[in-house]
Amino acid sequence: MFDISLLSLTPPGWGATLLDGFANSLTLASGGYAIGLLLGTAGALGKLNGNAFFREALETYTTVVRAVPELVLILFLYYAGTDAMNRLLAALDIPAVDVGGLAAGISVIGIVQGAYSTEVLRGAILAVPYGQIEAAKAYGMSPLRILWRITLPAMLPFAIPGLANLWLIATKDTALLAVVGFRELALATRQAAGTTKDYMLFFTTAGAMYLALTIVSSLVIKMVERRVTRRLAVAHA
Amino acid sequence: MLDDHTSAVVHEPSHRLMSLATPQALVKPALLVLFLALIGYYGEWNWIADYWRLLLHGIAVTLALLVSSSIIGFVLALLLGVFQVTGPRTLAWPAQAFCTIIRGTPLLLQLWMLYFGLGAVFAQYPEIRSSFVWPYLREAWPYALAALVFSFAGYVGEVMRGAFAGVPKGELEAARAFGMSRRKMFLRIWLPRAVQRVLPVLTGEVILQLKSTPLVATVTMTDVFAVVAKVRQDTYLTYEPLILLALIYVVLTAILARLLRLCEARVTGN
Repeated sequence: MFDISLLSLTPPGWGATLLDGFANSLTLASGGYAIGLLLGTAGALGKLNGNAFFREALETYTTVVRAVPELVLILFLYYAGTDAMNRLLAALDIPAVDVGGLAAGISVIGIVQGAYSTEVLRGAILAVPYGQIEAAKAYGMSPLRILWRITLPAMLPFAIPGLANLWLIATKDTALLAVVGFRELALATRQAAGTTKDYMLFFTTAGAMYLALTIVSSLVIKMVERRVTRRLAVAHA
Repeated sequence: MLDDHTSAVVHEPSHRLMSLATPQALVKPALLVLFLALIGYYGEWNWIADYWRLLLHGIAVTLALLVSSSIIGFVLALLLGVFQVTGPRTLAWPAQAFCTIIRGTPLLLQLWMLYFGLGAVFAQYPEIRSSFVWPYLREAWPYALAALVFSFAGYVGEVMRGAFAGVPKGELEAARAFGMSRRKMFLRIWLPRAVQRVLPVLTGEVILQLKSTPLVATVTMTDVFAVVAKVRQDTYLTYEPLILLALIYVVLTAILARLLRLCEARVTGN
């Protein structure tokens, strides 16, 4: 039923194209996730400690991103975002840069992820017993040191389930970049399938690759979860 | 009645009106109005005169897909949940595999697999081509609807598995002690109690489903996303159509969230 030789890594086969797309998907997901975490940490701290203007701005960011479909956001940030950036650069008399698909894609996934991780991390920071932070203050730690030594490590067990979920969402959201013509796994698959007309073979293979990524990620997440919560009886309650 | 009233108060804080009167609370609406006025003034909007019918049609398609896929998907999810909790292994295992596969792969890929893959397979069989379903199978909507239904069922099936398993045993034992038949026990006790427990999660899934619908534009359906994509192609405008599209989804999400919250208040109030 399936002509497996079409999956071989050398040219008549499309295996190399699929693997290349898969590598692109992985880069997009991990890059976007990392940027999302940075934005999320800044966003959560801003929401908890910032002034009124900052809090409102962050509230708008998280609300809008969570109310608009990812596909629309990706289209918006991909086209309007790069256009706006180049206009800004032109206004500052800096020559326009051609943002590569990969960089644009990573930023897009990162900005979307940032809104969700802001909420996850904000909740996790709020779950840290305030006494611990008070104790750190009583020791005379500087705010930055409290953040690094107390708040971030103490909130981690509360944040892990949400952050793990976000990683799984990030891996699947990368597929949406196929719509703007970035060749990650979904688009590579569609091109291979369209050329060979062997649709089922390629879509099944790509599905198996995504599924394998999800399953391996889930196993790693479980290990991390066990490690992070091992000294924390409360987290299991 | 009293319950209805109190739950409405919880969701709709009574200080809302008062706080709206304070100067700080007016800043946000004022900024929103300023933003809309600015994009309205500086943007190019006269294309709306040509496209508003199409846009309304697109919104109707989006909503029709959302409602039908959520309802059919929920029924399928109930089966998936029940099979996983009490079904024999021959049913429990496929149900679990279905949920894992749906939740572990991107919806876009599932949609393309159904539309391009299954569509091509169907076309190979003369029996199907000559049957009465073929005129429907040549269109995009059966595949789009199926993909959305499966996706909703996969995510909600997992939720319902936990919900069915979480109904206290004592309640089911009490139902049995009353001499209820299995069917009656399911319809009167197990199902309502399970749904009640996970209602906020279910309403959240419906909102997520709304945000999944624009994917159907990639298989030639003309939902509101596809209409805006057409506007973009016809007018070469970068910002305006996308801003309108984002606004449409924000408004739809807000209305949907409000409606679902009303349903929630009704169900938990009774």
